[in-house]
Amino acid sequence: MSKVLLEIQGLRKQYGIVEVLKGVDCTMQEGEVISIIGSSGSGKTTMLRCINMLEEFQGGHIRLEGEEIGYEHSGSSRRRKSEKDIARQRALTGMAFQQFNLFPHMTAAQNVMLGLVKVKKMARDAARTVAEKWLDRVGLASRADHYPGQLSGGQQQRVAIARAIAMSPRLMLFDEVTSALDPELVGEVLQVIKGLAADGMSMLLVTHEMRFAYEVSSRVIFMNQGVICEEGDPKEMFVAPKTERLAEFLKTSSFN
Amino acid sequence: MMDFSAFLDQIWIARFAILKGLGITISISALSIVVGSLLGVLVGLSLVYGNRALRFVVRVYTDFIRGTPVLVLVLASYYVLSTIGIELGPFQAGVLALAIFCSSHVGEIVRGGLQAIPQGQTEAAKAIGLTFRQTFAYVLWPQALRQFLPAWVNTAAEMVKASTLLSVIGVAELLLRTQEIISRNFMSLQFYFFAGFLYFVINYSIERFGKYVERKTAVPA
Repeated sequence: MSKVLLEIQGLRKQYGIVEVLKGVDCTMQEGEVISIIGSSGSGKTTMLRCINMLEEFQGGHIRLEGEEIGYEHSGSSRRRKSEKDIARQRALTGMAFQQFNLFPHMTAAQNVMLGLVKVKKMARDAARTVAEKWLDRVGLASRADHYPGQLSGGQQQRVAIARAIAMSPRLMLFDEVTSALDPELVGEVLQVIKGLAADGMSMLLVTHEMRFAYEVSSRVIFMNQGVICEEGDPKEMFVAPKTERLAEFLKTSSFN
Repeated sequence: MMDFSAFLDQIWIARFAILKGLGITISISALSIVVGSLLGVLVGLSLVYGNRALRFVVRVYTDFIRGTPVLVLVLASYYVLSTIGIELGPFQAGVLALAIFCSSHVGEIVRGGLQAIPQGQTEAAKAIGLTFRQTFAYVLWPQALRQFLPAWVNTAAEMVKASTLLSVIGVAELLLRTQEIISRNFMSLQFYFFAGFLYFVINYSIERFGKYVERKTAVPA
């Protein structure tokens, strides 16, 4: 019934001699919401960034809907795809960042429209309509013509999510999207993500919000030292961790 | 009082010389700023995006030019180029020297402006599928422009001041004209002040214009 959306096989990544990802395998079905947890330095953000080629990787395969991401393989040789190809593949996924990364010289609506107009070649007024729809969806219809500097952190992050979602990506990547927010602003962002999950959006979230991961995810992946240490249903994993590592990690995290 | 009307009288007599000098000064400045800025953008882009070899060559160029007094550049451009068969008139040689000087400064300004933009901007642009060219045109360059506008205006004002050095190779710009006028009427104090005032007016206008553009392009926050 459900079909495979993302397939990661033996993903390896190193910075110089430091190996950050030591062979990650993971398969994701369409419509799944997967949270990736783990202590800092475990490679979770790096893995997420490999999926849209913000990081180069040295070994393994990433396939999105069967399409090989980033590299051309023929026999044993491996070549980086062309910039143009990679740009096209990046548009298949959407990403929200810890630091929002809105374009400060553009209004909220212009931020959302940029990709629609330049990548999807949409006409300006059609793009404006789509942008307004998504800004409304994240509760910011009235802020469409505000600049990022005029918005709160939570509002900026919601615009950033709208900017990514408006491109109708096959998969959304969230990289610690609430980590830079004041505590009282976290809720509004998580609310938006929950809404997207309810719509059936396929999502991969790197998060430190254990309570949220528990509530929203269909599956949780626990990463440790560059490999997937444990994965499963959040209801089981958080209550009865199978590995020592995860038990330790949960003890130090804010879940309880 | 007698003195002042005599001074006004001398200005009236020399009005065409002064206006011509002013015209030449403005032409030299405008040309060297435009050419220097265009070159400077190329220099800046090479410093940020060039491969190792290009970066090295351009780095040597800017460091060398910035470490050389402008007067030396002006003299070299006029006297040295002719020895290798490139015959330039004093005006052309002078403008070339100033443009080269300007390009090294603008190059550094462009480099600084681009490098000051957080990496996250490029990543966000990539993440929505923009190519490098698109990222540069719509995300990086507009931000860099705002960032380096004040420094660029400053450089423009410097070029106006540096244009006086062309008097040394016989370009009849404002300073040389002023000196000629003084050699006729010996009113050195008055006429140097007057020339200084005219330079001030030019630079003050440039600065006001810069502030105006800055206000117009400011991002609301």
